[in-house]
Amino acid sequence: MESLLRNADTLLLYLFAASALVGAALMLVLRHPMQVAMALISTMVFLGGVYGLVGVHFIAAFQVLIYVGAVMVFMVYVIMLLDVRDTSFTHRFSSLLVPGIAGIALLLGALVYALWHGIYAPSRAAGSFNLQQFSVAFLSEYWLYFELTSVLLLAAVVAAIAVIKGARKTHG
Amino acid sequence: MDKMHLLLVLSVALFAIGLLGVIIRRNLLVMLMCMELMLNGVNVSLVAFAQQTGTAVGAVLVFLIFVVAAAEIAIAIPIVLLLVRAKRTLDMDAFTDLKG
Repeated sequence: MESLLRNADTLLLYLFAASALVGAALMLVLRHPMQVAMALISTMVFLGGVYGLVGVHFIAAFQVLIYVGAVMVFMVYVIMLLDVRDTSFTHRFSSLLVPGIAGIALLLGALVYALWHGIYAPSRAAGSFNLQQFSVAFLSEYWLYFELTSVLLLAAVVAAIAVIKGARKTHG
Repeated sequence: MDKMHLLLVLSVALFAIGLLGVIIRRNLLVMLMCMELMLNGVNVSLVAFAQQTGTAVGAVLVFLIFVVAAAEIAIAIPIVLLLVRAKRTLDMDAFTDLKG
């Protein structure tokens, strides 16, 4: 029973990883931005499942809360707002299609080579960290970065308002 | 292929697909979503290395990337709205004013 459970865990991990990859690949070929957004949302939810299965449950929760709940809802809202039909709906790919695929194939080859030779050290039975260790480290050792993110968010809000205001001034 | 390897392969694949989408797709909003996919790929590798080393620093970085993604989308969407207002289209090929 124990080994069966562990096998089910691994099986689910592979299933979620494969589903996330399928969703990502669908993003390249679907036509309408709304379909692409749905594919991206499914990818993010499956990635949340992957995070949960490798043991970082709080990251899984925040993946769903922040990415799907905030970022992608905003994205879907804007897609509904900007319902303009144009050539990018019928012609999916830009003129960079062939050089882009060639370049990415090169990059992928280099990354996979690096993964298989040298750089990647085999996992050495790491002791996992729990939520308490994480939050203590986050708010004591890395408090400066925590504060900097609040400054970044404030800057983003001010910049968004400034962009819209500036446009209103020039358009009258 | 152990768990660590699987996560790293997944991360590389997601990053490459996201970058490919940014390069080859013509729709502005689709390009933005492919950038989000690239950030997700980086997150997967951070989680993998955090699990391997058993330290919390990788998870801290993942949270910082969450915030950066939210800020990115908050500033990118108004820019896309302005571009659409200027040209009435989402097609990247229309925005070649700086090409010379």
